[in-house]
Amino acid sequence: MMLSRVADSLYWMSRYLERAEHIARLMSVQYSALLDHEPQENDPSWARVLASLRAAPPGGNDQIYQVRGSLAYRITGALTFDLHQSPSIANALFSARENARQVREQTSTEMWEQLNRLYLALRSTSLESMWRTQSTDFYVDVINGLHQFHGITDSTMSNGEGWHFIQLGRYMERAQLVASLLAFHFGGIPGTKTGAAETPFEWYNLLKMCTAFEAYCKVYTADIRPSRIAEFLVFDSEFPRSIRFAVDMVQAELQKVAPESNVHRNGRAERIAGRLRAYLDYGQVEEIMNDSIQAHFADIQRQCAEIHDAVFETYIAYPVDAHIA
Amino acid sequence: MSSHASGTSKDGRRPSGALYSQYVIDNAYDEMFDPNGASREHYRALQARLDALGPEEMTRRQQAVDRAFLHQGITFTVYGNSDSTERIFPTDCLPRILTASEWATIEAGLTQRLEALNLFLKDIYNDGAILSDGVVPRDLVYSCRQYRREMRGVQVPRDAYVSICGSDLVRTEDGQFAVLEDNLRVPSGVSYMLTNREIIRRAFPTLYRGYNVRRIENYSEMLLSALRSLAPGYQSDPRIVLLTPGVFNSAYFEHTFLARRMGIELVEGRDLVVHNNTVFMRTTSGLRRVDVIYRRLDDDFVDPIVFRPDSTLGVSGLFDAYRAGNVTIANALGTGIADDKAVYAYVPRIIKYYLDAEPILPNVETYLCREPDSLKYVLDNLEQLVVKAVGESGGYGMLVGPHAAKEEIAAFRARLIADPANYIAQPTLALSRAPCFVDRQIEGRHVDLRPFILHGERTTIVPGGLTRVALKRGSLVVNSSQGGGSKDTWVLSN
Repeated sequence: MMLSRVADSLYWMSRYLERAEHIARLMSVQYSALLDHEPQENDPSWARVLASLRAAPPGGNDQIYQVRGSLAYRITGALTFDLHQSPSIANALFSARENARQVREQTSTEMWEQLNRLYLALRSTSLESMWRTQSTDFYVDVINGLHQFHGITDSTMSNGEGWHFIQLGRYMERAQLVASLLAFHFGGIPGTKTGAAETPFEWYNLLKMCTAFEAYCKVYTADIRPSRIAEFLVFDSEFPRSIRFAVDMVQAELQKVAPESNVHRNGRAERIAGRLRAYLDYGQVEEIMNDSIQAHFADIQRQCAEIHDAVFETYIAYPVDAHIA
Repeated sequence: MSSHASGTSKDGRRPSGALYSQYVIDNAYDEMFDPNGASREHYRALQARLDALGPEEMTRRQQAVDRAFLHQGITFTVYGNSDSTERIFPTDCLPRILTASEWATIEAGLTQRLEALNLFLKDIYNDGAILSDGVVPRDLVYSCRQYRREMRGVQVPRDAYVSICGSDLVRTEDGQFAVLEDNLRVPSGVSYMLTNREIIRRAFPTLYRGYNVRRIENYSEMLLSALRSLAPGYQSDPRIVLLTPGVFNSAYFEHTFLARRMGIELVEGRDLVVHNNTVFMRTTSGLRRVDVIYRRLDDDFVDPIVFRPDSTLGVSGLFDAYRAGNVTIANALGTGIADDKAVYAYVPRIIKYYLDAEPILPNVETYLCREPDSLKYVLDNLEQLVVKAVGESGGYGMLVGPHAAKEEIAAFRARLIADPANYIAQPTLALSRAPCFVDRQIEGRHVDLRPFILHGERTTIVPGGLTRVALKRGSLVVNSSQGGGSKDTWVLSN
């Protein structure tokens, strides 16, 4: 048994941490690319990244196809250090920390310390110095720090209900973020001239953004083909950043939260998650590799949002009457 | 050098030894030294140990103590919008030591006092005999902001209105303990008492072992059993929760500390709902009934329907559930009337009235300006007294005679004459001093003592308390916000 407020805070803490890691990974790929070579004419990579994060392109829709100089500086600063604007790594870490602080007695001291350390390290790093040294270490440090947090969580926190809500939040966020990122690579950006990704370079970067390059090569060799990438990132059952893997975890975790409650079993959240899971377990890439591929990803995201709403209505903000016999 | 030292032989007024070159002994009672500068018997072992360790080692241990507090996260947090700074609550590494017989007096005195105050609360919220008998003026009680009309006739389990109390004691010049203030609402500080002990015991293991110090670690267990004994219908396995105003409250650390130590749920107002005069908490597995609420929230915020409507910290309908006897709230509501500044002056008479006994622990001498003789005395001696407005707190509406300008005194005199019932006066106190380790020296600093009294089936006091220290030289202010710190308090078993 666990207070609903506490479960909610742990869930959101975990979602924000996953978001921070995702943005750090996108930035690490994009920022490295900035350092590697001169910006290309009509490079849609920043436009895709920003669209997948639902962030407005700074400087307008046109300039985003040729990011250099002060615009690159602005985007990097906004997505990394801007505390007051979402999405950014700083904002996600801050929000995660605020949630953790509300339930400090429910997490282990080591978890809190690690989260605090991460946040303070971010606050003491400046965009200017990062820019001057042209180092990608910062993003690597953030990702490593978050990996450490998960390791600390697994080895210091009881694997009880709170822990399951943390897992639930983590994989729920991951499924949605990856689906969104894939949507803007396999489909275009609505309202612009940008279509699906075309160059090998774009596909290669997509794999890197999901830390999937090595894992992909093990299965398919370094033969980069869009349909295989889709198969791997959507339907693979073993790779931890595939949508299927994340949804499998969501569905499994839903079975474990609120163990003392018998009324909610096979409730709305479980049914939607089970249906989505079946679709991913038994689906085939051929079914989605067509003109409506973007609609498929939109549909996955919509179902994730429905699961989230159902969890909230069942365990967190349920109407009091429903529980008074 | 203090001017008090002149006229006496140098050696007679100051303890010997290089560590004590700054030590001042004057008319304030010194916990460690007698007026001639010789160590009191129960401090001799400490003094010997300090001499043996020397300033280097003492500095090292003080640093270890500071580090331990920082690492355990026992800090005050000052929050801004996005940045936060954490400060430790300074703890002086030298223990304050009380003998068994000193403690026996304190324990008996506080037990007696709480018993009388609980009887007083029951009386004024029911029959009002003490008011009819004219012992305490009726208008004084009824006009007090802390008097809760809503509590009249409410049944309180075991008549335990106050079940958690933290009284502030001071030691006057003659060495006698006196009660300065009763904190009967939501007293705090007990977590510092407990962590001070854990850390100081580790810093001075040899000394601690040699001293036969009585243990205090079972406080949370005693608190839990007091709360359990107050459950509605005296059921054996009630669900108990700690109600906190939330993470922005300055005592939030203590709330989490106590909840964890007792193994009870830490809840906020928004976690609780009242249905059919029954209190439930929202859990992921549905609603769970709550029987006892240890609230760390002032009366005003408990229930927006009955008290402050603009507050979101409490629970709507909680008071009705309480009045219906379906939930126990500890402390009860309306206990603040009994620690009001004017009612304080009547406590010796309250003890006599209900228990037919003399108070074991005296009050600090207090002049009620509503009484003509007292008013005359106060007006004649304003330069020596501290005058406080009854309804105010936090130093507002207060005159400190010895430090006030002539015009200020004149202005205050006029206000006193206009509305005498609104004022009390007390002599300026010389709080006792205890040795502290400051800048590689031992120096005396003013201290008070807050023991924690529990009252369920019976009254219990863990042998100890929070000794608060005014760490600034010469200061009498022990509050943490104004340079105060604390000390571990050792009560000896023989």
